[in-house]
Formats: sequence, structure tokens, C-alpha cells
Amino acid sequence: MTVRDLIPIAVLILLAALLPLVVTSSPVLNFLVFMLIVALGAQGWNILGGFGGQFSFGHAAFFGTGAYVTAILQTRYGINAWAGLVLATAAGAAVGWVIGFLSFRSGLRGSYFALVTLAFAEVFRILANAASFTGGAAGLLIKLDVRPANLQFDDRAVFYWLVLALVAAVLLLTRWIQRSRFGAQLVAVRENEDAAKALGVNSLKVKLRAIALSGGVTALSGCLYAQYFLYIDANIAYGSWISVELLLAPIIGGVGTVFGPVVGALTLHGLGELAKQFAGRIPGIDLIVFGGVLVLAVAFARGGILGLLERLRDRGRGMVTRGPKEVSHAGR
Amino acid sequence: MYSPQIILEAALNGLMTGAVYALIALGLTLIYGVLHIINFAHGALLTCAMFAVWIAWAWLGMDPYLAILPLVPLMFVLGYGLQRFVIGPASHGDDGNILLVTLGLSIVLENVLLAVFQSDTRTLDTDYSFQVVALGPLLLSYPRLIGLGVAVVVTGLLWLVLNRTDTGKAIRAVAKEKLGANLVGIDVPHVYAVTFGLGCACLAVAAGLLMPTFYVNPRIGGAFVLVAFTVVVLGGMGSLPGALLGGLFIGVVESLCGLFLGDSLGQIGIFLIFIAVLLVRPTGLFGAKA
Repeated sequence: MTVRDLIPIAVLILLAALLPLVVTSSPVLNFLVFMLIVALGAQGWNILGGFGGQFSFGHAAFFGTGAYVTAILQTRYGINAWAGLVLATAAGAAVGWVIGFLSFRSGLRGSYFALVTLAFAEVFRILANAASFTGGAAGLLIKLDVRPANLQFDDRAVFYWLVLALVAAVLLLTRWIQRSRFGAQLVAVRENEDAAKALGVNSLKVKLRAIALSGGVTALSGCLYAQYFLYIDANIAYGSWISVELLLAPIIGGVGTVFGPVVGALTLHGLGELAKQFAGRIPGIDLIVFGGVLVLAVAFARGGILGLLERLRDRGRGMVTRGPKEVSHAGR
Repeated sequence: MYSPQIILEAALNGLMTGAVYALIALGLTLIYGVLHIINFAHGALLTCAMFAVWIAWAWLGMDPYLAILPLVPLMFVLGYGLQRFVIGPASHGDDGNILLVTLGLSIVLENVLLAVFQSDTRTLDTDYSFQVVALGPLLLSYPRLIGLGVAVVVTGLLWLVLNRTDTGKAIRAVAKEKLGANLVGIDVPHVYAVTFGLGCACLAVAAGLLMPTFYVNPRIGGAFVLVAFTVVVLGGMGSLPGALLGGLFIGVVESLCGLFLGDSLGQIGIFLIFIAVLLVRPTGLFGAKA
């Protein structure tokens, strides 16, 4: 990584960090915190799905694990919330590694991988919903005890800064992956797994590292969700809604890019809020917008919003470039 | 403990539920076998069909079984149009894109239904909803028995269409070799859309068979689609007999798991089978080697 790589991240995060000084309304801060939590989880998805090309339809498995681990540790064992945060992240990485080991070793790719992740998330959801250990269908309530030591803050802005700092850390991590040898191997596996293997890339190992990182980051976001709302149940933590959200954001924003998930989460939730403002009390209106945007993005903006911007910039400079993706499609 | 009669009854009930699963999976496996795509919108389309049956009953007073007749062509046209004008053009022929486009479609369909019908659960009642047929000491639900019969007949019809008609021949040709089919003058996008339409028409039948004993709400499709995926994977992606047998099998598994483990854990057996089959033999029991 060079200093030039870091400047855009630093500028973006600094600007975002100034927001709570201007905006003090709590609905807006709530919206921003939720959006950032989704963005963080989506960054996790992007490591595996974007850079590794392995589309997971069940990232709820990691999100929910993060949420449940911290909630169970606090409510049942009285373990400190900060320690819970670390352990939840580790648990997510472990679950990611196990799911990855089972499915990648069997050679599952593409749609098959999507289906198996979906099934894993669903198994977790049913188990968490039925077991008394996880609070069953009633869910788990984390005790309200507002102290920084408990990761609960008086001021919403503090939580906002905390999530923002973690988003920044993952931005750095993603940038590092992009520039590292590991990242290059991951992209090689995405573009052509057989060719990558022929060149000596241990594709199983690379994919396992990616899914463990991905699971850890997404579990971290799940843990923050539990910590912010102080309540989870199986349909929230392991529900398919979160799997879909975590996949939508990078795809809308720009799959396999550093900023894509953040841009996507902001765009989606911004549009969702706008739709709610305009349409009033129609249930599901924001999701109609999400689905429509997804179809439109796939149809007209394959690189997501960032890809679209890049193409506009190139056109502005008078360069007409064809990306490698487009060439390969023309060949079909 | 459970008496053998209860277990046998549960197994038979499962068999009959499984027939409807098979019907749903039939559409999914047909679409997979030809277009090589996983249609995530299948569940939402089933919900649409179920609401259509409910509307026909509630507004027009139409019998749910009778409603199948007009609904089959309607769903065919809907499916044809979706593939021809939305999914096909939007996905640029890339598998990952198709997955995403059908996911997007399912979100839109589901939430449009939610916006229109709210999240209330609706049922319809007919005078045969709770009728039972006595078979020796066993009591079998009459509408479910009809479901089993119709599912078998529809599978047979679909097999005939694929094997005995020119359209069927074209569909099989495209499934085997898209480029070659194109070269001999088969209109591939048309065949794709026809296949998608047929898959949706199966849903119309399934919806008509389900409604007398089941309920509908905008989220109901999700419950069925995962089961249908399991059936399709178990039977071998693209295999019609596989879908029928897989559906029946899954129905029995679900019913027995429900009996032994209770309702909340009943579906877990399905997903464990799903994962196991995917991990051990992703081509399924009847699928050709990938």
C-alpha cells in the first residue's frame, strides 16, 4: 500500500466523522448507524463475493453468529461486551472456515455455492429459533446498562464513531487485500480457477482465507447490530433479509471494489428512506425499490455505481475503453 | 411411543404433501435443465399464483381446482414475458447475473404483493377442505389425495410434451447444445421463454392444489422455494423423474421429522439432506455427471 492508496479512505472517513457535529437528530443518527452496520457486513461479503467471486446467499449465517455469540456471552456468562466483540468476530471467522472447508472441498462453485450457503443460514435460523440456549423464538435481550465498558453509550454519536472506525479499518484491510499477493491470487481464482491452479495457486487455501476473513467481518457487523439494538431473535439475526442486504450493497455499489459496499449501502438505504417518505405507509416499499435497483444495476451497470462513474469519467476524457468483462461477453 | 399406524399415516400424508413439492420442483428443474439457471423468483411466482387462486375464489366464487384451468395459460404468459423481456435481456447471458436478476424480481414481486394485500394470512374454504377418505384403518385427506394424483398426471404430461412434440424436441435440443440448436434454426430466446413459461405453468397447478388446505400470505413462497431447491438438487438438477421422486421423498422426510422432532424443528431434516447432497453428490440421485 502506498500513501496515495490511503488518501481517499482518510478523506472519506474524516468527512463522515464530522457528520454528528452537524446532524444531531436521533432518527438521522439511527439511520446512519444502521446503514454503517450494513455497510460493514457488506464489506465482509465483498471480500469473498467481490474479490473471490464466490457469491454467498447466506451471509446471515455469519451475521447471526456474531450477534448471538456476543448476546449469549453477555447474558449467560456475564462476559464483557468488548471481549464479546472480539470473540464474536473470531466465531464468525471459524464458522466461515468450516462452511468454506465443507463446500469448497466438495468443489461447489457458482449457483451451487449460493444454494449451500443459503441452506446453512437456514439451518442456523431454525436451530436458533428452536433451542432454549439461544432464547428460542422469544429471542435474547441484552441488559440495558449504559456504560462505555459495556459498549453502550449515552450519545448515539459515539456508537456512530465506533462503527465508522471499524468500517475504516475494514476499508484499509480491503485495500491491503487488493494490493497483496493474497488478493492477486484471490482475483485469479475468481477469473479462472483452473488457470490459477495451473499457475500454482492453492485455490482451496486462498478461498478458505477469504471466507474466514469475510465471515469474521460480517460477524463483527452482526455483533454491533446486537449491541446497538440490544435485542435479537432468529429471524432478525439469521433471517434471509440480512443475507440479501449484504449482497445487494456491494453489487449496487461496485462489486470487488474497496468502496463499493459502502457506496451501495448508502445508496440503497438512502433510496429506501426516500421511497418511504414519498409513498408513506405502504409496507415493503423500500424493498420494492431495492429489488428494482438490483435488476437495473445488473442490466445497465455491471460494475455498480462506481463502475458507472468510472465509465463516465473515461468518456469525459475521450477514452473509450472496453473492460475485460465486456470483451469476454462479446465473445460468447 | 408412536404406534405404527400414526407413523404410517404421517408417512402417507408426507407423500401427498411431497407431491405438491414435486410439482413446484418440476418447474424449477425444467428451467434449470434448459436454461442452466437457478430461478430465485420461483417462490415469489408461486405466491402470485396462490393469490390468483384466492382472488378467483374470493371475488369470482371460483372453485380452486377449476381456477387452475385459466391460471395455467396466464402463468405461462407471465413466465414467457418475464424471461423474454426482463431476465434474458437484463442478465446478458451470465449465470451470476441471472441469479441476481431473479433474486431482484422475487424481492419486487413479494413486496408488491405485500403492499397490495398487506401481511395478513388468507385462507379459503371449500366443502371438501376437510374431507377424509378411509383407507383401511388410515384416514387420508381428500384434497391432498387429489394433489398426489394431479401431480403424477402433470409430470406425465410434461414428459409427453418434452418427448413427443416438436417444441419439446427443440427444448431438449437447446438444453443439450445451445449453439448447435441455434445453428439449425431454433429460436433460442423463444425456447428459453417457453421453458420458463412451462415452469411457471406448473406453479399454477401447484397453487390450485395447495389452496384448499393451505393458506397464503406474501412471504409464503420463501418456505416452498427452499424445499423445492432441495428436491431439485436431490433429484438431480434438470431431471423430471428425479423431481417427482425427490419431492415425494422430501415430503415424507418432513412429515416424519415433524412427528418426531416437533413442528419447529421439522424442516431441519430437509436442509441437512440438502447440504449433505450438495456436499457429497451435487449431481443428485438422478442427475447426469456434471
